[in-house]
Amino acid sequence: MSHSDFSWKLAGLGVIMLALSACASSTASTTGPTGPVPGSVEDLVVNVGDRVFFDFDQYNLKPSSQATLERQAAWLATYSGVTLTVEGHADERGTREYNLALGARRANAVKDYLVSLGVDPSRVTTISYGKERPAELGSNEAAWAANRRGVSVVTSGAVPSS
Amino acid sequence: MFQFQRIKQGRTGVAMFRMFGILMAALIGIASANPAHAVLKINITQGNVDPMPVAIVDFVGGTTQESEIGANIASVIGANLGRSGLFRPLDKRSFIERTIQPNAAPRFGDWRIISASALITGQTTFESDGKLKVEFRLWDVFAEQQMVGLQFFTTPENWRRVAHLVSDAIYQRLTGESGYFDTRIVYIAESGSKGRRVKRLAIMDQDGANPSFLTDGRDLVLTPRFSPTNQEITYLSYFTGIPRVYLFNIESGKQEVVGDFPGMTFAPRFSPDGSSIIMSLARGGNSDIYTMDLRTRQVERLTSVSAIDTSPSFSPDGQRITFNSDRGGTSQIYVMDASGGGIQRITFGKGRYATPVWSPRGDLIAFTRQYQGRFFIGVIRPDGSGERILTEGYHAEGPSWSPNGRVVLFFRETPSVDDTGRGFTTTLWSVDLTGYNERRVATPGDGSDPAWSPLIR
Repeated sequence: MSHSDFSWKLAGLGVIMLALSACASSTASTTGPTGPVPGSVEDLVVNVGDRVFFDFDQYNLKPSSQATLERQAAWLATYSGVTLTVEGHADERGTREYNLALGARRANAVKDYLVSLGVDPSRVTTISYGKERPAELGSNEAAWAANRRGVSVVTSGAVPSS
Repeated sequence: MFQFQRIKQGRTGVAMFRMFGILMAALIGIASANPAHAVLKINITQGNVDPMPVAIVDFVGGTTQESEIGANIASVIGANLGRSGLFRPLDKRSFIERTIQPNAAPRFGDWRIISASALITGQTTFESDGKLKVEFRLWDVFAEQQMVGLQFFTTPENWRRVAHLVSDAIYQRLTGESGYFDTRIVYIAESGSKGRRVKRLAIMDQDGANPSFLTDGRDLVLTPRFSPTNQEITYLSYFTGIPRVYLFNIESGKQEVVGDFPGMTFAPRFSPDGSSIIMSLARGGNSDIYTMDLRTRQVERLTSVSAIDTSPSFSPDGQRITFNSDRGGTSQIYVMDASGGGIQRITFGKGRYATPVWSPRGDLIAFTRQYQGRFFIGVIRPDGSGERILTEGYHAEGPSWSPNGRVVLFFRETPSVDDTGRGFTTTLWSVDLTGYNERRVATPGDGSDPAWSPLIR
């Protein structure tokens, strides 16, 4: 095994470890040898995890969600020019207006936690989509669980991906 | 033996008024020698009544064009009355007396044979100035009496509205309650796959005629509601990317944002006098209820607890407000004074309650309930008594009252049958306050968030 080969493997291992720690995002690591460009939108989605999930009609952050947001806060500390919108979503098993309110609550819960971790509140806006923007299109428990989410979407300041 | 007097052409009664270019006047009755009072009446407070058999004769016209409009008017009236579930329009092929000259009395015996209780006759004429004149009479077949006689003058394009006005006059005379046929429905027209849904503000007559889109689908729009007084709609739009309450003027097509709030505004409805909007504002993730006076722009905050307070709806006298809140743990329905005081919870059944809407009659609040994975549309008295479920399903949401408080519109969603969202549909439905006569309300495509207009004035 040549030296260059070895270091290549190490870099690859690092990427894999990051992807594993971001287990909440189900994205497989099809990221190539070097992975997403650090500080890019893909970096947030793949390596950090851009979303957290909620129980039915709840907006409290579970420990796994807190872990995701702690990684997001660290990432935002590194890439201090990034601004975010946190989208709050609900599953389809509620009324439209209540779900808009619930989405607002969830988005705010995410923002509050990021701010508590030192993220400047002016960098984070929130928006609720209620049940209007499902990520999964099935009508079953798994789809509903995936749709009860808060998603951190970069609005500016990310590193271009290529 | 009965005698009948010809009405004098063009003579009108005292009650004459103009509405949207339609002049309506009472027709002098064709006098009957039969002194008995008309007894024909439908009791609409009970469900599953035997629909009253009615015969609607094509309105008579002198020319082909007049006859065509006359037949169209009769057909729209028949469809309206039939859909109400209270009337059963008889098949024209069963008619013995095929046409009735407008100013002559019908041969009542011929109508009794086919079991018609009520008979509707009329005439359409083009006046020399091109105006359309429509005369109609409602007859009590058994009492052999005219119950209503009206004439309308309008432009020929307005024939459908005349048919709706006639339908309302018949409904009112036979049920004792005002009708709801000369109304429109605003709703959200939906198209595209579940993952790329396009939503547009849309409007149509209550019978589905004259559908049109009011917005182009570029911005997500939700929950439209009619003004009780103007040709205006309040709704939620993501125009500019931020969800906010807007006003849409149906005649000018103009939209304007309602107020300048530091957060999402949503769940709007007009106050009963049309002067203000009641809605929710989400600040810091918490939704509370606010009103904004549309003239003075003055804003009043009505609730201030750390809970979801949304879907507010005024009582018709403007004195009280119903809304849903999860302040007690899960979403339930509450009633409070218009000032925000005296908050009382009124739902204590199992499950979650939402979208309360006060009936225009004031006696009931319609709601959406969720329990054990099912959705229900129901009604409850404002004091929390008399809860009654009208319909249920996998999903049913968002009741809206007919202006007479007898019929409720709502929408249903069907579940996706796979992970691509196939099988997902949204459709509009109506159901009687009695829980009977549930019907699909036809829309050109999928539809949701229906709201009934007041009677058009």
